[in-house]
Amino acid sequence: MSPHYWRALQGIVTREVLRFLHQRERFLAALVRPLVWLLVFAAGFRAALGLSIIPPYETYITYETYIIPGLVGMIQLFNGMQSSLSMVYDREMGSMRTLLVSPLPRWFLLTAKLLAGTAVSILQVYAFLAIAAAFDIVLPPLGYLLALPALVVSGLMLGAVGMLLSSTIRQLENFAGVMNFVIFPTFFLSSALYPLWKMRESSVTLYQICAVNPFTQAVELIRFALYAQVNWEALGWTTLALVIFLGAAIQGYNPARGFMPRRAQAE
Amino acid sequence: MTAPALEIEGLSYGYGRGFALDDVSFRVNQGEFTALLGPNGAGKTTLFSLITRLFEAPRGAIKVCGITMRDHPTKALARMGVVFQQPTLDLDLTVRQNLHYFAALHGIARRDASIRIGEALERLDMAERDGEKVRQLNGGHRRRVELARALLHKPDLLVLDEPTVGLDVPARRGIVEHVHELCRTQGMAVLWATHLIDEVHADDRVVVIHKGRILADGSVTDVNRTNASANLTQTFHRLINQVAA
Repeated sequence: MSPHYWRALQGIVTREVLRFLHQRERFLAALVRPLVWLLVFAAGFRAALGLSIIPPYETYITYETYIIPGLVGMIQLFNGMQSSLSMVYDREMGSMRTLLVSPLPRWFLLTAKLLAGTAVSILQVYAFLAIAAAFDIVLPPLGYLLALPALVVSGLMLGAVGMLLSSTIRQLENFAGVMNFVIFPTFFLSSALYPLWKMRESSVTLYQICAVNPFTQAVELIRFALYAQVNWEALGWTTLALVIFLGAAIQGYNPARGFMPRRAQAE
Repeated sequence: MTAPALEIEGLSYGYGRGFALDDVSFRVNQGEFTALLGPNGAGKTTLFSLITRLFEAPRGAIKVCGITMRDHPTKALARMGVVFQQPTLDLDLTVRQNLHYFAALHGIARRDASIRIGEALERLDMAERDGEKVRQLNGGHRRRVELARALLHKPDLLVLDEPTVGLDVPARRGIVEHVHELCRTQGMAVLWATHLIDEVHADDRVVVIHKGRILADGSVTDVNRTNASANLTQTFHRLINQVAA
């Protein structure tokens, strides 16, 4: 990577992290949301949801332990949407233009922005895992380290979904509706809160939807990585989804054919 | 012979069926302050979006210092400093953090960037505010920071889209004078979009645009003479009214 590209990447990541640290409420919200699920929801549902031993687990686990990867995915999903919201805001406020008129290819600028958002999501994830550990919900020590590459892939994929959405949303006001239509179905139609075999017992159709949901694949990738294993199938599907979503997002921000000229027309 | 800092040839751009820009051509030479004068809705912001490659025109060409924007966008953008009509600073970051971010996007090494930021802020009397969050600055100071930012990479061409909108009279005058000074002392080429005639000096070049078409292009003196007007205000109204009639 040339020094220019490297410096630009550093600059974009630093800006994103600084913005995140300046917005304390966002940091707090990012942690409170999964912690409520972990410490309240999981406690309530522990008895109702019996779990069998399925890979990567080799013994019975508590429900709290089961939903940790799903909540990690939830953090990254919300962060991806938050980044998307901030891109729509930046575009309306103008600061997105500073990025887009930089003397670098647009695909690089958008990918760097995605990496920056992923870095922020990983900070949130490790803060969450540390708090979970403080409540005695611990994972294999090596898993904390080996989960990092999986978190990068899943964070990029979920961030790319957000970026694609940001290129299609014309106004900030439309964002709340999109959040409801994207986040909740994505989260609940996945293996985040219950294993897929349980879903199959209830409905085969819902099971099939859950199985092809890229979020399910991201959660399974994280789940296996936290136990020092690679789920190749999940890695393949998550990477494929990343390539598709990122490609579409780059196309969305293409100055000749993308959504920006159409948006300008609307303005 | 040196290439013009900005050369626009036969640029057209349409939204739906209508033309926002229709066969627009003009040049901005090195060391020249060119005012792009037009009423609201004339097509100035669309033209800026094309010059800065926020989007791309299917017809016509844009060259920056002889570099074609369509073929070599990154090289062309590297020679250009931009101040948009909308504020584009991060409100939650400090002045210095904002400028470091921009320097990084232009590949300027951190140590060099620190020196340039110090000098740029000093020139615009903003050195003492470098640690303040942009949110705490007034509109005039924010504009000065944006101007300092646009100059950090030492561009050959500076383009500004109605940069004095929303500023009070002293702040507006300060920015106008500073940019004219840059043309005189540093030989910088400037394209300054405005609808405020009093921002144009007698020795500037002026391009009058209305409804996406260029109505006049030349020195203020020549444009006034061609239109048999005593001053630019008269010329401007005469040209706009001709189109309306």
